[in-house]
Amino acid sequence: MAFLKLLRQSPLSARIGLAIIFINIAAAIFAPVITPYTETEIVGDVWIPISSDHLLGTDHLGRDLLTRLLYGARNTIAIAFITTMLSFFVGSICGFFAATLGGWTDMALSRFIDILMAFPTLIFALMVLSVTGASIPALIVVIALLDSTRVYRLSRAVAMDIEVMEFVEAARLRGEKIWWLMRHEILPNAMPPLVAEFGLRFCFVFLFIAALSFLGLGIQPPLADWGGMVRENGGAITFGIFTALYPAGAIAFLTVGVNLIVDWFLHIASGLKD
Amino acid sequence: MDKLLNIKDLVIEAFIDEKWTPVVHGIDVTLDRGEVVGLIGESGAGKSTIGLAAMGYTRGGCRIASGSIVFDGIELFDASAETKRKVRGTRIAYVAQSAAASFNPAHRLINQYAEASIQHGLMKFAEAEEKAIDIYRRLLLPDPERIGYRYPHQVSGGQLQRAMVAMAMACQPDIIVFDEPTTALDVTTQIEVLAAIKYITEEFNMAALYITHDLAVVAQMADRIMVLRYGNLVEEGNARELLANPKEEYTRQLIAVRTFRKQTDIDDDDRSVILEVENVSASYTGKENVLEDIDLKIKRGKTIALVGESGSGKSTLARVITGLLPPFQGRVIFEGEELPPALKSRDRESLRQMQMIYQMPDTAVNPRHKIRKIIGRPLSFYFGITGKKQEDKILELLDMIELPAKYIERYPAELSGGEKQRVCIARALAADPSLIICDEVTSALDQLVAEEILKLLQRLQDELGVSYLFITHDLATVKAISDEIVVMLQGKIVEQGERQEILTPPHHEYTELLLSSVPEMDPDWLDNLLEERLAAAASQ
Repeated sequence: MAFLKLLRQSPLSARIGLAIIFINIAAAIFAPVITPYTETEIVGDVWIPISSDHLLGTDHLGRDLLTRLLYGARNTIAIAFITTMLSFFVGSICGFFAATLGGWTDMALSRFIDILMAFPTLIFALMVLSVTGASIPALIVVIALLDSTRVYRLSRAVAMDIEVMEFVEAARLRGEKIWWLMRHEILPNAMPPLVAEFGLRFCFVFLFIAALSFLGLGIQPPLADWGGMVRENGGAITFGIFTALYPAGAIAFLTVGVNLIVDWFLHIASGLKD
Repeated sequence: MDKLLNIKDLVIEAFIDEKWTPVVHGIDVTLDRGEVVGLIGESGAGKSTIGLAAMGYTRGGCRIASGSIVFDGIELFDASAETKRKVRGTRIAYVAQSAAASFNPAHRLINQYAEASIQHGLMKFAEAEEKAIDIYRRLLLPDPERIGYRYPHQVSGGQLQRAMVAMAMACQPDIIVFDEPTTALDVTTQIEVLAAIKYITEEFNMAALYITHDLAVVAQMADRIMVLRYGNLVEEGNARELLANPKEEYTRQLIAVRTFRKQTDIDDDDRSVILEVENVSASYTGKENVLEDIDLKIKRGKTIALVGESGSGKSTLARVITGLLPPFQGRVIFEGEELPPALKSRDRESLRQMQMIYQMPDTAVNPRHKIRKIIGRPLSFYFGITGKKQEDKILELLDMIELPAKYIERYPAELSGGEKQRVCIARALAADPSLIICDEVTSALDQLVAEEILKLLQRLQDELGVSYLFITHDLATVKAISDEIVVMLQGKIVEQGERQEILTPPHHEYTELLLSSVPEMDPDWLDNLLEERLAAAASQ
């Protein structure tokens, strides 16, 4: 299998990245099974330091931090994943359309996207979320909409490169319609840069949700969410209690892992010899 | 007397599939002062690799594994980077195949010329400038005083190639390695460059390694010829002797290339006209016409060869016929019915009956589709054939194009250039067309491979009665497969008619120029031609 061959040739950084992602996904999936307590259960005094009962201590309400961290993985990763999938779906279809049809379609779509991109993303999100309320669906739609603009730019550029190849002209001369061109001629050749971008976008969505949660408009308590956890426990640093660093560290950990994989993928896709 | 360049037992390895594999197996090359040695072979023979190794250089992914490379007493095999740097550019120079890719588009020609000599500390810019103008004059470039101050995009292909030769000569090297210098040029431009190279190597008594796949060209330029294949030496000898009496079978094949001739049919004139181009004129920008008043008729089951050089409009005519470029005047009539000028207004049936095969098989097939999908799509798209029936038909087509059945599972990257082109032919045939437009289909292939493709196309025409519009710049191909010839120059048809009619004199002036510019195996051909042309020019 081509993937196993790829794995054998991968550099150390890529393997570390894969391990990190694997750990996170395992944590997310098996959270209910491996955690000693539940997500919202108050189990002790506030801010108990690391002990045998509470491997990472407790948070500002007395909930077990490790449990919250694992459940937070599940919430944040799931939402980030769905959001990125949605933004890719919308962004790449529009991008491919614009590249393949050209002319007025391209111009209209691109200018619309330009307008959307002109808004500072955080302000835009805060604005919309304070009107609609910070429910999970609203969160997903807003962030997906904002991110799809970047995906549009990339997929349009990639599609335009592929579109001038002779095999696309050959398909056109056959009489193929636009859907076939996009799905069978362009998409398979556009995958490498898009997949790499997916990884990057995932990280950014992740961080964006964390930022929104930090500001109070992301994932609402009592659901565990790493950004929210940083916010809740942040005040304790002035007392020398470093609880907030654990969720912050988890965010960094996952981001680094995804970036390592994306780097490796881009290196393969670029075709440069080592 | 000591040889200028003495390469012994050269072994070069390439890093393929995670291990080092030899691509050049123990070659010996010697060069005397003032001697020109031609390295000839097909793609993958190792000619460029050996040419670069003469300077102690290998491309990325290759290494010189063993052997000795002695240049004027200096061993280059494991020499230090500094030693090699001193030799390259000053004493051994390299002229690449593509001048456009070798020049920096941001700098003027003369600055790039002077760069080598200034970098090596041989002279100052003013002196280099004077020398440049002198060399440009010797190479017969137009306006030698000012041409150096142009940018690469402001001169033509042939002029740029000669500018590159000038650049290689800047430090007056002992050896120049010419790597396919005229392959990318039109046949008429090629003459000028060949003449310039021959003249200048004689004048400065330079030794040269002339790398090419065209035996006729190397016959003009080389004193000695080495025939290479898959990194091995097949035959070596004095140029005249080798061409007159080749010893090896492979050399004989290379010399005999393009002797294939089609059998002409006796009952010619009864064929009906399948495609008619009537009074077509077209333009890309609206200001300049790329095609003017084109009239053309293609008969059923016949081949029309559309010949011309770059910019003649032959590919543009194909685009007009297929509907990619609607003409502003004239019409295209297929099977008696006028076709809508734009592609999107045409119906599926007329699209099916006219198929196209492209020049570069690498970009003409989607690299992410298996052969099954490439050949199967026209079957399902035009005829709705799927499943087992489709599989059978694909195998039938693979058989017709002489490829094994197991290729159905493969991706294009696993096929060679010639095999990919066969797949493109099968893809066109799958639609069961009445007309196939072949746009320079053999130009990107090695000569022996191209020969096989032409034979295949002819066989298919004999069996299926399909017509070809064969676009090419290669006159040998035209002689091999055409029934009728159309000669184009700068968007206009200069001459058209039956093959024999066009190929026998008297010719139109341009046809004469084209026919006489095709190199022949005779080593004296170039000298004779230049004398003739000089005499003709003097007598006017």
